[in-house]
Amino acid sequence: MLQTEQDRLRDEIQRWGMVYGKERSALIPILQEIQRVHSRISDFAMQVIADMLDIHPVEVYGVVSFYSFLDWKPKGRFVIRLCRTISCDMQGKDRLARQLENDLGITFGETTPDGRFTLEWANCIGMCDQGPALLVNDHVFTRVTPDRIHDILEGCRKVFGVHAAQTLQEQLV
Amino acid sequence: MTTTTNGRGVQTTTTGHLTFGTVKPNSGLQNAIKKSRADIIGEISASGMKGRGGAGFPTGVKWNLAAAAQDEHKYVVCNADEGEPGTFKDRVILSEYADLVFEGMTIAGLAIGATTGIVYLRGEYSYLRPLLEAVLERRRGQNLLGENVLGRDGFTFDITIRMGSGAYVCGEETALIESLEGYRGEPRNRPPFPVDTGYLGHPTIVHNVETLAWGACILSKGAAWFKGIGTDKSTGLKLFSVSGDCERPGVYEFPMGISIAELLREVGGEGAKAVQVGGASGHCVPAKEFARTLAFEDIPTGGSIIVFGPHRDMLAIAHNFLEFFVDESCGQCTPCRAGTVKLLEGVELLRDGDCSMQYLRELCSLSETMQLASKCGLGQSSPNAFLSIVKHFQDEIMGRTDLATAGKE
Repeated sequence: MLQTEQDRLRDEIQRWGMVYGKERSALIPILQEIQRVHSRISDFAMQVIADMLDIHPVEVYGVVSFYSFLDWKPKGRFVIRLCRTISCDMQGKDRLARQLENDLGITFGETTPDGRFTLEWANCIGMCDQGPALLVNDHVFTRVTPDRIHDILEGCRKVFGVHAAQTLQEQLV
Repeated sequence: MTTTTNGRGVQTTTTGHLTFGTVKPNSGLQNAIKKSRADIIGEISASGMKGRGGAGFPTGVKWNLAAAAQDEHKYVVCNADEGEPGTFKDRVILSEYADLVFEGMTIAGLAIGATTGIVYLRGEYSYLRPLLEAVLERRRGQNLLGENVLGRDGFTFDITIRMGSGAYVCGEETALIESLEGYRGEPRNRPPFPVDTGYLGHPTIVHNVETLAWGACILSKGAAWFKGIGTDKSTGLKLFSVSGDCERPGVYEFPMGISIAELLREVGGEGAKAVQVGGASGHCVPAKEFARTLAFEDIPTGGSIIVFGPHRDMLAIAHNFLEFFVDESCGQCTPCRAGTVKLLEGVELLRDGDCSMQYLRELCSLSETMQLASKCGLGQSSPNAFLSIVKHFQDEIMGRTDLATAGKE
């Protein structure tokens, strides 16, 4: 039988429901899994999750809109978060911001048209002694200089694919 | 200074030798297993330890309240949502001394009668999760977690990890509990306090990562050892995350009560113009007050120390902090939601040289309203940095004419 994308998403959410349970406290872990795999949490996903947990979809939307790592809008395969807080600011985050915008051709808050990169600000990522720092998905890069931005982005492009996030660090070390 | 990697290519920095590295593994838990619950809490109370996250609530009192609560389910929560600007000690502790933190949680669980521990790890530290899961798995294999821990009949305790999703306010304990329960991270009214109505309505103790690690050290080395260090009101050792304009940024361990001047000498930050103690929500201390001490009775701190060199523009710093609070305010209560925006606009007026003294006084008055009327610690502390910069650097921030050096945007 032909399975539509929506059927697959519904099955996937049901599977996470088996893992995390169907209590309200399972909501954020389930949303995190959907965000990780699909780079977004669509209206449809929110409705299915709400039905499964027996809550109103607005409750789900309220949570998605509250947390900066959860998003309704599609994000890129690689989410680049540049720390803008004071210690990284004093260590030159403005130059990195400029270079990221130059090399990606987008401004902060945007996603490249090919869906590969989203550029965002982050508040303090706890790398203050090794700034300026940025995160690419779950990977942290410290003492970044503007000329290294190109290498970091190239590393991402090389591993663009299903298992990209797992091998990004190996590419760059 | 030593630089190590945690196995995934991520650099972590520690400075010198931390006491955490010298404590015999699990000796604290082994001692605790032989004691009664009251004796464990007695030991923690006798040490005089106050919470290491910055608020400084006595740990022993918290354990006592939770232990006295009657409930089948109790929870020990490790607050690893380290989001305060300039703080990174918890990242280092979790990377290098995760065992000690889990040991502290297990001891706390035994003391209050909890069976479940939860680590609330901030989303920005996702790369630490595989390491922490591996440590937990090993501890389960060693019977340091699970059923009848270390042979103590009836003591069952296990720890799970829950991830944050990028919200600073979730470091506030009631917001953290809301987040664990699957809600927006909006702080609750207190009372009731989490020690009687916490996670899912059950008694819950929420502790900073460092507090739990020291708890394990105290059970290992004894309350007298801890109490013998520091000052009367602020006992023991404390980790400091030092960044900014100094020669040797990193994580340092000092006795409570160290003066700012002494700390600056250790980190190579002499000649600083000011030091931000306690992160964005803390206070900006000018050079003339460097004799003041880092202790609960003088300047309390969760350990964030940001050093500002002579060339720094204090107004740009206030601007950075207020942008942070505008972004991170949860929006639930008006003083914080609207106040942070008005203060940021005020700083922009100052930057452009367009702020009258009358209006600056209005902003200071608004700041006091925010300190009094905000619902949680975020709103109450968000004007601190602004107020201390206005107080100590007024002649630097008034009557600006040079836009090129005044602002950054």
